[in-house]
Amino acid sequence: MQRAFGALVPVLALVASTPAPAAGQDEPHVFRGAYLLPISGPPIESGALVVQGGSIVAVGGADLPAPPGAVEHDLTGRVLMPGVVDSHSHVGSVSGGDRSSPLHPDVRALDSIDVASDSFWRARAGGITTVNVMPGSGHLLSGQTVYLKLRAGGRTIEDWLLCDDPLTDVCGGMKMANGTNSLRDPPFPGTRARSAALVRGLYHEAQAYVERQAGRADGDPPAARDLRMEALAEVLSGERIVQYHTHRHNDIATVLRLREEFGFRVVIQHGTEAWKLADELAAAGVPVSITFIDAPGGKEETLDWSLEAGAILERAGVDVAFNTDDFITDSRLLRRAAALAVRNGMSRAGALEALTLAPARMLGLADRVGSLEAGKDADFVVLSGDPLSVYATVEQTWVEGQLIYDRSDPEHRRYAVGGYDVYRMTADEEQALRRLLAGEG
Amino acid sequence: MRAIAVPLVLAAALAGGLAAPAAGQVAVRAGVLHTVSGAPLENAVVIAAADGTIEWVGPAAEASVPDGVEVLEAAVVTPGLVDAHSVVGLSGALNSAVGPVRDQDQLDKSAPIQPELRAVDAYDATETLVDWVRAYGVTTLHTGHGPGALISGQTMIVKTRGRTVEEATVVPVRMLAATLGGAVASNFQSPGTAAKGVAMLRAALLGAQAYAEQARRAEEGGQDAPAPPARDLAREALGRVLAGELSLLVTANTVTEMGAALRLRREFGFDLVLDGAAESYLLLDEIRAAGVPVVLHPPMSRVRNGSFETAAALAAAGIPFAIQTGFEGYVPKTRVLLWEAAIAAANGLGPERALAAVTLDAARILGIDERVGSIEVGKDADLALFDGDPFEYTTHICGVVIESEVLSTACR
Repeated sequence: MQRAFGALVPVLALVASTPAPAAGQDEPHVFRGAYLLPISGPPIESGALVVQGGSIVAVGGADLPAPPGAVEHDLTGRVLMPGVVDSHSHVGSVSGGDRSSPLHPDVRALDSIDVASDSFWRARAGGITTVNVMPGSGHLLSGQTVYLKLRAGGRTIEDWLLCDDPLTDVCGGMKMANGTNSLRDPPFPGTRARSAALVRGLYHEAQAYVERQAGRADGDPPAARDLRMEALAEVLSGERIVQYHTHRHNDIATVLRLREEFGFRVVIQHGTEAWKLADELAAAGVPVSITFIDAPGGKEETLDWSLEAGAILERAGVDVAFNTDDFITDSRLLRRAAALAVRNGMSRAGALEALTLAPARMLGLADRVGSLEAGKDADFVVLSGDPLSVYATVEQTWVEGQLIYDRSDPEHRRYAVGGYDVYRMTADEEQALRRLLAGEG
Repeated sequence: MRAIAVPLVLAAALAGGLAAPAAGQVAVRAGVLHTVSGAPLENAVVIAAADGTIEWVGPAAEASVPDGVEVLEAAVVTPGLVDAHSVVGLSGALNSAVGPVRDQDQLDKSAPIQPELRAVDAYDATETLVDWVRAYGVTTLHTGHGPGALISGQTMIVKTRGRTVEEATVVPVRMLAATLGGAVASNFQSPGTAAKGVAMLRAALLGAQAYAEQARRAEEGGQDAPAPPARDLAREALGRVLAGELSLLVTANTVTEMGAALRLRREFGFDLVLDGAAESYLLLDEIRAAGVPVVLHPPMSRVRNGSFETAAALAAAGIPFAIQTGFEGYVPKTRVLLWEAAIAAANGLGPERALAAVTLDAARILGIDERVGSIEVGKDADLALFDGDPFEYTTHICGVVIESEVLSTACR
């Protein structure tokens, strides 16, 4: 029957010698034998990955020598790829600005996130290692997003940041939105043109702030701090990337117009109709992070959603990523988006890059994550088979050389198969179910 | 890495050369033919007759395809998919409940119990989402009123074609759609609690019993015979449930809700179909003992306490079940049955049982397995053509046939 259904990925036994989390990581570790997808280069049939101190030391083929004292991991039959980078997610019960204004540049997502949320476990079960957690799209500017590494443990948000210090560093992007989601009663805009006018007014204010700051002399008394303007100054300088929720072609064109006027770095988020402006986006060098939904519609702005968007944008030379928009789609299932894009004409290499290196570029993190290259963070995923196959499972997820998710651990596995709130079953009930599923019940 | 994709082999061609194709006749040659009713056949042919039914199934070597009959080819052929529960056609892609173009007709909130609402009066055969689900293999759709009311209305069975509801209809009234639990309380002032909802349903069913009894006695005549009751569309519809003509499709996701549904069934003896059933893995013994089939929520829907493995658990427990696409209030406005079944297939159910759950097992629960759900002589010639494993994301669907009519041949 399996053969009759086509080329099924064979079911592989779990690694018997699952390595313990490599705490400290003083000694080097070598992961050998997997079909290795570096993303930054061509696949390696029987690859080797050397990791030490949380970083990748070397990537190569079967003949790659092991450093002295290295711990060997046999991944024969598995697929090894970089940790997945989700450039648009709402995991962790994140919130942003409130109803008092449509514009909240001072509000930080990192002040709202619940690190104990199950949603982070589902992301790990999906092979996600880096995630851009964003406030919603119900505002023109709902606040500062935060880039997180889903490291082992994690008792406070500080444990997961990619920046050193949220009081001094840029730790994420800026979430903006246009189109219908942010159209509401005053003080919110009621039309698209009013939306653009409010945004332009805000950025002109920020430009004036930056000019004032630049004109200050050393001896001047310290100016009162302005949290809103400080964050927008980071946008204007290009340090903080705008993540712009936008669907319709005219709204996407408005984003390009605002970018032209203010010169900020911007990523088109969702970009439902971006395929209609592929050439314009390519010419502007503006990337698109696509949310894959299963059918067109749900609202007027998404009626022209197309399965071919990835292929069209790729052909035009636009940098493409796929995102979960979790809870809109499930963090465990982001690979579907890439696979279904391939079904509709996108290249296999492009689709895999759209899960890893492309979103890393869109977050300004490509120097650290998104590919398996010496010097980058040791963030990677071990799969049982082809990442684009529904039958392949994520067996292990590693962040900075530490095992953060292991499907062979029952406590971890439940997050891979459980529903939105996972199981509420007791341990006894779960054991009974396992016996049943194993044919013993 | 192993190549996953199977080469595209679909080629629509006239086999007989010059002769014009016989009207309505078509043949399909399959690398693997999943009849579902029997073992898969390799290198097989299905001949679909002009009357819309399957005329012949067997090995390609023994096939005798009449001259001039169009021959489609595909690596894998399955029965047209049967979606055991959807709201497509009543709930449209635009998702607008107000304004000049409104397309949300699956739930009326003026009263919590409205069994008289007919699906045929609301189904839009030209809705974009009907085309969408057909493009991904669904040829038979159990659709109608949605979850959210104690009884939201009737359901119907359609084929995913036709310009009007009349052209699409297979069964004009199949079930009444009921919902238990908190989902109802959020739509109505009363019931405001789960227990009140059950009390209201019991009262409605008792009222229908009394109505049916009065009608029966009036019909019998005699000295003490009452006058026939004034015509009551709601009680008539509920009476058809009590008489076993219609099933009660009860959306119940928690153990509490499913328990209440089983209790109602024990009291009134109707034909119960459990819908949603997110926590059914906690109630397998009770559901199996009651002999009640389950129309399981789409595995990817964000139902509380669900699991990708529930379908496998139901299968292992021997409970008849089908997989549905359900109702979605936002994005995506409908789910794709093929991709929902794929998640179950990859999470313990396996592709063979997953295919049955969206074809023959669904048809059995809907009571239409004499017509659809498998590839057998005499059944409707509803087929889906693929260039590989139907459940693989990267496989293309390359043709849909409904009652011998070729509705698409493009690969997507």
